[in-house]
Amino acid sequence: MKVLVSVKRVVDYNVRIQVKGDGSGVNLDGVKMSMNPFDEIAMEEAVRLKEAGTAEEVIAVTIGGDKAEEQLRSALAFGADRAIHVKVNEEVSPLTAARILKAVFEKEQPGLFLMGKQAIDDDNNQTGQMTSALLGIPQATFAGELKIDGNKATVVREVDAGLETIEVDLPAVVTADLRLNEPRYLKLPDIMKAKRKPVETVSMADLGVEAAPGLTVTKTSPPPARAAGIKVKTVDELVAALKDKGLV
Amino acid sequence: MTENEAVERDVMEYDVVIVGAGPAGLSAAIRLKQQNEDLAVCVVEKGSEVGAHILSGAIFEPRALNELIPDWKDKGAPLNTAVSRDDIYFMTGESGAFKMPGLFVPKTMHNHGNYIISLGKLCRWLGEQAEALGVEIYPGFPAQDAIIEDGIVRGIVTGDMGLDKEGKHKEGMYTPGMELRGKYTLFAEGCRGHIGKKLIRQYELDNDADPQHFGIGIKELWEIPAEKHQPGLVVHSAGWPLDLIGTGSLGGSFLYHLEDNKVAVGLIVDLSYTNPYLSPFDEFQRLKHHPVFKQYLEGGKRLSYGARALNKGGLYSIPKMVFPGGALIGCDLGTMNFAKIKGSHTAMKSGMLAADAAATALKAGGQGADVLESYPEAFKASWLYDELYRSRNFGVFLHKFGALIGGALNFIEQNLFGGKLPFTAHDRKRDHETLVPASQAQKIDYPKPDGKLSFDKLSSVFLSSTSHEEDQPSHLQLTDASIPIDKNLPEYAEPAQRYCPAGVYEVVEEKDGGKRFQINAANCVHCKTCDIKDPAQNITWVAPEGGGGPNYSAM
Ligand SMILES: Cc1cc2nc3c(=O)[nH]c(=O)nc-3n(C[C@H](O)[C@H](O)[C@H](O)COP(=O)(O)OP(=O)(O)OC[C@H]3O[C@@H](n4cnc5c(N)ncnc54)[C@H](O)[C@@H]3O)c2cc1C
Ligand code: SF4
Repeated sequence: MKVLVSVKRVVDYNVRIQVKGDGSGVNLDGVKMSMNPFDEIAMEEAVRLKEAGTAEEVIAVTIGGDKAEEQLRSALAFGADRAIHVKVNEEVSPLTAARILKAVFEKEQPGLFLMGKQAIDDDNNQTGQMTSALLGIPQATFAGELKIDGNKATVVREVDAGLETIEVDLPAVVTADLRLNEPRYLKLPDIMKAKRKPVETVSMADLGVEAAPGLTVTKTSPPPARAAGIKVKTVDELVAALKDKGLV
Repeated sequence: MTENEAVERDVMEYDVVIVGAGPAGLSAAIRLKQQNEDLAVCVVEKGSEVGAHILSGAIFEPRALNELIPDWKDKGAPLNTAVSRDDIYFMTGESGAFKMPGLFVPKTMHNHGNYIISLGKLCRWLGEQAEALGVEIYPGFPAQDAIIEDGIVRGIVTGDMGLDKEGKHKEGMYTPGMELRGKYTLFAEGCRGHIGKKLIRQYELDNDADPQHFGIGIKELWEIPAEKHQPGLVVHSAGWPLDLIGTGSLGGSFLYHLEDNKVAVGLIVDLSYTNPYLSPFDEFQRLKHHPVFKQYLEGGKRLSYGARALNKGGLYSIPKMVFPGGALIGCDLGTMNFAKIKGSHTAMKSGMLAADAAATALKAGGQGADVLESYPEAFKASWLYDELYRSRNFGVFLHKFGALIGGALNFIEQNLFGGKLPFTAHDRKRDHETLVPASQAQKIDYPKPDGKLSFDKLSSVFLSSTSHEEDQPSHLQLTDASIPIDKNLPEYAEPAQRYCPAGVYEVVEEKDGGKRFQINAANCVHCKTCDIKDPAQNITWVAPEGGGGPNYSAM
């Protein structure tokens, strides 16, 4: 079985995001970028499938500008066999991403498509679902556990009410949640080897995909600062304070 | 230095291994490839990416860059803001200051022709140039130790990953460090490199040198209202909140107007300070309320925070540069010109000189292991030596005579004698020996932060984007765990609580009234101050798991 994994270049989760002074977006100047953490989990899972003999080949795909190749190199260091870079310099909406991923899927014909449940930059949580819908194949989102048995996958999903176990036919889109696994440390020799693994570069036009009419971000603003708390000594004071704020 | 461990390590061989992707290390790497594109050169960097651990002012003198990459402008080097004006203030108190007339500004403080930059960004750019030449750069991999065999440095071993607090292997995660062997190894760890420190000791490199002196620089990046922003304006000050006349606490502050309404503001405190109650962090916070600084910062927003130690010793504190199989370069060696508060161009130049020496030796068929004597020789003949020679007395003048009188002496030396007074001053007391006992020191009552101009430590560290894996052995090692509470606390009110700019060290009261020394290693911004200032020299900084530490964007 071939496993396809999509990875996205996002602002590193350790970075304290700063909104630009004019509200036109987030400051990315000199900011550290990394592979979306949920995609790392998807990558790890794919590599484990390969190590277990379930998958024969792992292919990583990313959509992004020149620098997104760094994330593909990380994916190759994780253990992907080869990578596809869909070069797009503009911001990509979830629907456009899904269209692109559909085209890549059709070209590669994998038995399983793994990706993170969402990207931590825009938190859309749509691409996996849309890709499966466009492809007309099953989806198993928020995977906390994944087992492959022949051409079926059993997935334990992390849902609000607890855990839900479902079985889907393959090929399917599975999106990784936090507890699916703990990604390994990349080893220096693997990073060195990754530099020499093949990366194929394609454009949207090569794939015959057109961008979906996009969303326009009109304004970006930081979350409101939390007002300082107050200390109350008695229940009466508490009630008075709550009334004062119009909360009771 | 590595023990005879049983672990199997992967090994890679290079012509030259470089430790640290700062200006020194990257310039050396680029120079090596320029001299011979076939050389195999690799750079390891402990930060999660190049630039993530770089913190500087910074006013950049392009002299070394002009030599290294003459067409840097066409190649898009991030030198965007030329210095347009130099203001220097002597601060006499909380709100008083007088501006030094231009005529009296020492020549070393003239910044015409220099640029205000983010050194972190410049390093990212240098990293790209190096990679384009075929240098392999591995961020996220600290060198933990030098490989020394029969007295010869053969390379380095990177840190192990996946160890838990007790140093045991974590299930499925343990990844042993790798040996990177080089015919020559260049150490470019910056100020107080943890391997450099050991090499200096092991090879007794500093036998003929004066002690190195240090400062701690604390810096913030701000975005200020457009109407207050004057791209290219440089503001320096001496005096309040530190001493102007006395010598107990010395230092200086800076405020540089970059591009895009950004300003870099910071305070450098000499680590020769004497009062154990002094807190460089709090001094910096109150500094920003002084009208000289407030006039620019008010109404602005703080974007980033960080701290880093710097060298102050100058020429006569530079140890021997070479040992069998390798060399120290940049601030790991101590090439900072403190009279100018500039060390990046000097670090670059020293890296280039060492690279030339290594390339020449390799070209002659050398197999490494020898001492690169041509590096110190070239250093002596270079403008770098001349520059450091002219500034050699500055730090000592300040230490002995204070900011005002020492500064005046420096003016006389720089402007009237071109830096060549016929004597050299020495300062042999080490920075960890200067504290007076707490019983003889005055407590300092720092004002509460107002949340607008001044802030507390924790919210500050937050803005350094620092992160470390929590479950790993502490990278701040105590030789004797009892010293902080049994000795440092009664004698010096345990100064680590105050000199650490990241709140790593705390003395906590136990339920039974006893005291415990707590180390919040995950907060560490890798400034190295504790390794320098602890009066008992009981704290040793070693590299944490790869990628840990601050994630500076543009510091
Ligand atoms: C507050 C402040 C203001 C300054 N202002 C100016 C200024 O205006 N102009 C100027 O020219 N200079 C200034 N300097 C000095 C200048 O920043 C330094 O001289 C310069 O950065 C030294 O370069 P370097 O390459 O030797 O070391 P660094 O810049 O310190 O770089 C060392 C690199 O090595 C890495 N490293 C360290 N140890 C290891 C290890 N064991 N393994 C792997 N990687 C490691 C570090 O993470 C870092 O990336 C200032 C310094 C400070 C602190
Ligand atoms: S623990 Fe030491 S090196 Fe780390 S931030 Fe504090 S003083 Fe600096």
